[in-house]
Amino acid sequence: MEALIAASLGLLTTAGIYLMLRQRTFPLILGLTFLSYAVNVFIFAVGRLAVDLPPIVDKAAPGYTDPLPQALVLTAIVISFGMTAVIVIMALGAYLSAGNDRTDSADGTGMAGRANPGMNSEAHSGAHSGASSAASSAASSAAGDDRT
Amino acid sequence: MSHWIIVPVILPAILGGLMVMALRHDLVLQRVFALACGGTLWAVASALLWAATTGAPEVYHLGNWPAPFGIVLMLDRLSALMVWITATLALILQLYAIGTGWDRKGRHFHALWQFQLMGICGAFLTADAFNLFVFFEVLLIASYGLMIHGGGAERVRAGVQYIAFNLVGSALFLFALATIYSVTGTLNMADLAVKMQTLPEGSSALMRVAAVLLFLVFAIKGALVPLQFWLPGTYANAPGVVAALFAVMTKVGAYAVLRFGTLVFPQSLAATGSMVADLLLPAALVTLILGALGVLGATSLPRLVAFAAIASMGTLFTSMAAFTPASSAATLYYLLHSTFATALMFVVADMIGARRAQARLSEVSPPLAQAGLIAALYFAGAVALAGMPPLSGFLGKLLVLQAQRGAANLVWPVILITSLILILGFVRAGSMIFWKAHEGGAKAGDHAPEALAFVSAFLLLAVLVSLTVLAGPVTVWAEATAAYLHDPAAYIAANQLYEAP
Repeated sequence: MEALIAASLGLLTTAGIYLMLRQRTFPLILGLTFLSYAVNVFIFAVGRLAVDLPPIVDKAAPGYTDPLPQALVLTAIVISFGMTAVIVIMALGAYLSAGNDRTDSADGTGMAGRANPGMNSEAHSGAHSGASSAASSAASSAAGDDRT
Repeated sequence: MSHWIIVPVILPAILGGLMVMALRHDLVLQRVFALACGGTLWAVASALLWAATTGAPEVYHLGNWPAPFGIVLMLDRLSALMVWITATLALILQLYAIGTGWDRKGRHFHALWQFQLMGICGAFLTADAFNLFVFFEVLLIASYGLMIHGGGAERVRAGVQYIAFNLVGSALFLFALATIYSVTGTLNMADLAVKMQTLPEGSSALMRVAAVLLFLVFAIKGALVPLQFWLPGTYANAPGVVAALFAVMTKVGAYAVLRFGTLVFPQSLAATGSMVADLLLPAALVTLILGALGVLGATSLPRLVAFAAIASMGTLFTSMAAFTPASSAATLYYLLHSTFATALMFVVADMIGARRAQARLSEVSPPLAQAGLIAALYFAGAVALAGMPPLSGFLGKLLVLQAQRGAANLVWPVILITSLILILGFVRAGSMIFWKAHEGGAKAGDHAPEALAFVSAFLLLAVLVSLTVLAGPVTVWAEATAAYLHDPAAYIAANQLYEAP
């Protein structure tokens, strides 16, 4: 069982890191989710793997498994769930306001609200008129696909 | 047992909730409550600082469970100082947010501000490693909201990068904590310090891995090279007042390194030895150099200040990496200075950004409204941050250099040369903003004076000036704190660890 857990942890982490290195927000969020799955299983496993043992006091129990990692993993799950919700909303906001879902910033000045010279002109005008039309976002997504 | 220890966590938490639930549509009431809470928090933090200075470290058992089983908060000289810095900075910056109307530009500014304070104070006060993670997440999730306050495509995009970076950091933090738990079976910091001394021979490799992971997380928070990529984009795109508050957020990373480096992984520990210091010093020196070069090459003022913040974190970690009582005392003084100086520069950069027609430094723009006062503030902030006399930056760097005297390494040349580069960078930006403006003969821009904003900026400057004037007592205090930090027996004893009968 140790080998199975270890192998699946490694697989989850690998997939997570690979997806995080993509330049689009959707794979990035998937990658972060995989990574948090890996972390959660890892925390669960550090209490040592045991089958059919209760974590709370029970007179008939032959032994106990460590209850603390189970409490820790609950906290970790709740927090990572909340954080994922936040980043999904932020990514949606970034997509709707900029017209593409690339994670890298092409603007070197770092000034909020300034025109982004890396974007194509259609997405540019779409972002400025405040309503990024489907056509301009599709065009910029296509441009993004070409680059990645 | 004093219940005041938990006030810096509870008070903002209750008020933040109240603001979201009951006051969400009334900005005036929100401002009144925010200032009242800020003032109370400052008074409590000052009282706690006094109590920690005059008395022994004090523990607060949450739920009255004994130490390794329940979560505990600890009030000692270091955590009291950090809470005091946070409360002071937050109170002054609230004036700025109200004066400039930053809190009007989006909803829930004051509520998020309170949650941010709760997270930061909690991270400083907790004495449980997993609880530290939870407070890190609290302060991060509030900072995500504050960072994108006001909106805008580029700000939201920078926000996504910032969140993604910190989520990876959180995952690393959990890996580190789980590894530590698997070796020691505890996450209470004092209990960890005890168990580390009697670590089984075979576990030391695993513990070294955990230590490196843990310090990686703190390095992300403290913007240490090569994990500093999130800082320039985040700080330059965040609202000015938020970036100024974030000056204390990088210090959370510095605090955690200092705490874990002296308490849990001291130099005398067999398993890790001087590994932490050996990794920290080169990274800190590169951070310092990169920050200084960034200041010289920045294309906009907020970016320039962000790189100056990186450079000041570099100086801080360079000083910390020696892990001797003298260097820790210098670190504490420099930490006080660096927080307020960085915040002052972000405030000034925000004032200039609101008045200047061009965001890029290289483009000539008409003179600013209220140029005289702003130029004076810029000058004072640049003097402080670059480390020139007469302000506290000079004294801080002097202490850092003095503490490292005799050590045959790169600390002296790197700190001195980067100081010169920082001066050049600030001079270049200042002459573009204030002097080149008069070349075109254009009329000065028009902008409301915003007296409260200037009051706030001058208060920050006043803190720096008093830090310079009171350098003697502050240094004596820092030396006593450093001596206490390097002898963790008092901290461990204060935890009243439960011993099986």
